[in-house]
Amino acid sequence: MKFGIVRFPGSCDDVDALQAATRVGDAVLLWHADHDLQGVDAVIVPGGFSYGDYLRAGAIARFAPVMVQVEEFARAGGLVLGICNGFQVLCEAGLLPGALLPNLSLKFLFRQVELEVVRGVGPFTGACETGERLSIPVKHTTGRFYAPDHELDRLEANGQVMLRYTRGNNPNGSLRDIAGVCSEFRNVFGLMPHPEHAVDPLRGSVDGLKIFESMRAHVEQHVLA
Amino acid sequence: MSSSTYSLDERHRQLGLTDGEYARILERLGRAPNDVELAMLSLMWSEHCGYKHSRRLLRRLPKEGRHVLMGPGENAGAVDVGGGLAVAFKVESHNHPSAVEPFQGAATGVGGILRDVFAVGARPVAVLDSLRFGEPSSSQRSRYLLDQAVAGIGHYGNSIGVPTVGGEIYFESSYEQNCLVNAMCLGLAPHARLIRSAAAGAGNVVVLLGALTGRDGIGGASVLASAELGEGDEAKRPSVQIGDPFTEKKLLECCLELLDRELLVSLQDLGAAGLTSAASEMASGGGVGLTIDLCQIPLREADMEPFEIMVSESQERMLCVARPESVGALLDVCERWEVLATTIGCVTDSGSLQVLHRGNVVADVPVSVLIDDCPLYDLQPEPPSSDLYSSPGAVISGNEPPADTLLALLGSANVASRRPVFEQYDPIVQSRTVRRPDEADAAVSIAGNGRRVACDPRRGAAEAVYECSANLACVGAEPLGLTNCLNFGNPEKPHVAWQLTEAVEGLAQACEAFGVPVVGGNVSLYNEAPTGPIFPTPVVGMVGKLPSAARAGRMGFARVGDAIALVGPFEPSSVGSELAKLRGQAPVGELPAADAGALRVVHEAVRARVRSGAFRSAHDIAEGGVAVALAECCIAGGLGASVRLPRGLDPFGEAPGRAFIVSGPAEGLAGFVVIGEVGGEELRIEDLLELAVSELREARDGGLAELV
Repeated sequence: MKFGIVRFPGSCDDVDALQAATRVGDAVLLWHADHDLQGVDAVIVPGGFSYGDYLRAGAIARFAPVMVQVEEFARAGGLVLGICNGFQVLCEAGLLPGALLPNLSLKFLFRQVELEVVRGVGPFTGACETGERLSIPVKHTTGRFYAPDHELDRLEANGQVMLRYTRGNNPNGSLRDIAGVCSEFRNVFGLMPHPEHAVDPLRGSVDGLKIFESMRAHVEQHVLA
Repeated sequence: MSSSTYSLDERHRQLGLTDGEYARILERLGRAPNDVELAMLSLMWSEHCGYKHSRRLLRRLPKEGRHVLMGPGENAGAVDVGGGLAVAFKVESHNHPSAVEPFQGAATGVGGILRDVFAVGARPVAVLDSLRFGEPSSSQRSRYLLDQAVAGIGHYGNSIGVPTVGGEIYFESSYEQNCLVNAMCLGLAPHARLIRSAAAGAGNVVVLLGALTGRDGIGGASVLASAELGEGDEAKRPSVQIGDPFTEKKLLECCLELLDRELLVSLQDLGAAGLTSAASEMASGGGVGLTIDLCQIPLREADMEPFEIMVSESQERMLCVARPESVGALLDVCERWEVLATTIGCVTDSGSLQVLHRGNVVADVPVSVLIDDCPLYDLQPEPPSSDLYSSPGAVISGNEPPADTLLALLGSANVASRRPVFEQYDPIVQSRTVRRPDEADAAVSIAGNGRRVACDPRRGAAEAVYECSANLACVGAEPLGLTNCLNFGNPEKPHVAWQLTEAVEGLAQACEAFGVPVVGGNVSLYNEAPTGPIFPTPVVGMVGKLPSAARAGRMGFARVGDAIALVGPFEPSSVGSELAKLRGQAPVGELPAADAGALRVVHEAVRARVRSGAFRSAHDIAEGGVAVALAECCIAGGLGASVRLPRGLDPFGEAPGRAFIVSGPAEGLAGFVVIGEVGGEELRIEDLLELAVSELREARDGGLAELV
């Protein structure tokens, strides 16, 4: 099982994601300017401020050369995980529904939050129980999940809402407390919390590891088997 | 020179040079400088670059130590932490820019200190900030400065992916006009990657890396940093630089890759006085000359004058020297990181900084004149004849029950929870942070309580060293080195000179007693407004070594039934205390004495027991005294405690860095003064007060949240 972590100029949590993925499999960095996914089994688009995010979070990274291959990979059913800035990039790329808007506070916020696993099945949350609580940090300025009402209804009906902030833990004003959503075919997943920062008991929580373990299990059962 | 020359030529006064200094320039050059040369000299001889009022005093600080790899004079100091790794660190001020434009001032303060650290080859892994503002409850301006400075620090640090792991904030009316923004950065490097700034090798190539050169920040070092603030500061806004963390992120990764590939001879960041200072310091360090062709420098505005190019303080630029055969590979690495890189000159053996523009020599100044001939002044210290600082308004009467006093202290701006501030910073990026803010004192610490230094500069400054060492002891870390930023008023005034001299003596004595070398630092003088000087504020940053991160100590009480002990020689007093301030008392009086040698032994004892696990929690007693320290241990651990204080101990008296509240199994506390036990949902101090932990937390959480 080999993970590929995209590195844009301005990516900050790329090495963190690399280290987290290395706990469950092999992992390599994928350079933004290369049209090459190096044969990885899953792609992670990491957190940070790609290209400075001076325009709109994720708006420029979406056009990076490597994203051509990431989109092809996703449309062919490959697993793509977007964390924070990566979530923003995947929304900009049209691989995930909805959009991320500035936090209601208009400020950067770092906080350990509690999440509820809405659906403990599928490639990204398969290692979790439905209804399980996860403790994972958020850190962002632009993390308020938004979609029109009818679109939100559709996402919920389709079971695409995978993670919610628990009551009182919504840090940014996300509609319906949504913290993570997946694509229609469930192989692309984006979340604002940082699972790669919850993989080591020394640093507070290991709940984030379940996301990476879910991905490994899915790839080993459905792709490599 | 006849005096008539001065009346004909007053350019130098506008640039902040005295008539005597100008005469010295004429004598050393043997001729009159042209406009470009004078602009360069005025900056290199400014207080900010030349340390002309502080350099002699700074010689008093101990700089030697067995862990020291690089001391003062480099972009940052560095100490050995074992395993072939070095930690480089430095604290620097960006006070005046932040008073004029707080968001960009604070942001570029962070950007500048990060460059200092990666200029020596270290990857920045942590930022800390030390901030001072006026009273937030009564001053709209102070709330604005706080809000914007915090946002600026977050903007830069978060975007570049370096965690902000700690810091401190104090609010005092003396900082109303002159806020302080000090930023400290810590970096990690393999020994082999450490690099100095000294240029070497005639014929080697000088390459400018990073952002375009624009008109921002022109004269920042002399206009802003080396004069008192006053009316009309709005007009100085163009002197404040604008930060671009994305460009610096690329520059950082690019520079570290250049060093890993051994493509550089030397590296230097461009900070105050821009290219002039960077080139002078590189040449001076190596005893060589440099020739720079301004026509090669990529400009943001095409019509910039030569002097503007030479003194521009545009951010996110670095200067490096490379062997000619390395330049091709160097440019390739820069292209990959999309970092602009331009060959702008070469190393010479002339000993001069020569500047070319359109084929003409527009400046040619011996490097020794720029650096070594900067005049050094002896201070004329005199203790003030009257009290320098007025009494703050009383917030509480002094007749209230002790429980109310404790709640008032916990909710006061200087003691209240910093959560509303640190939640705006990313403390975990890079996955190296094992204790977040509010969980523990730290393996890297920053301290400096100006009110106490105002009372008693010598003991107050020493206390900053004690407090940092105490913070390190609480997590089990051993001090390796120290950096400081001396924030003072106008040193040409005798009472400020006295504060500065006394404070440096206090720092020096404490560092000697603790065996902690000073590996670098910064001086920020002229922090005065028409209303008077700031509190003298030496900010001390200390770095410690923690053998096992898994054993890092915590401050919160950990287990019901644990015994609580008071460790250390604790004879606090109300002088300079937070309570004295709330009661409206002026910062005057002698602080408690300390036997620094004995204190060092106490800190070592605490460190050893945190490491061994004998102490399950440890917290030093600082602002608000033992009552506040106990409350903080209860809040952090979510557990109550019942204690009886030693007879006669002032529960709110202060003596920072002297003593600790620790907890653990009773057998691990043998030999210490056990004062109580962890348990219950209240903090009970016998014959004094009884308060629910939830009430304590509410008071502490509310204090700053209402103001931010």
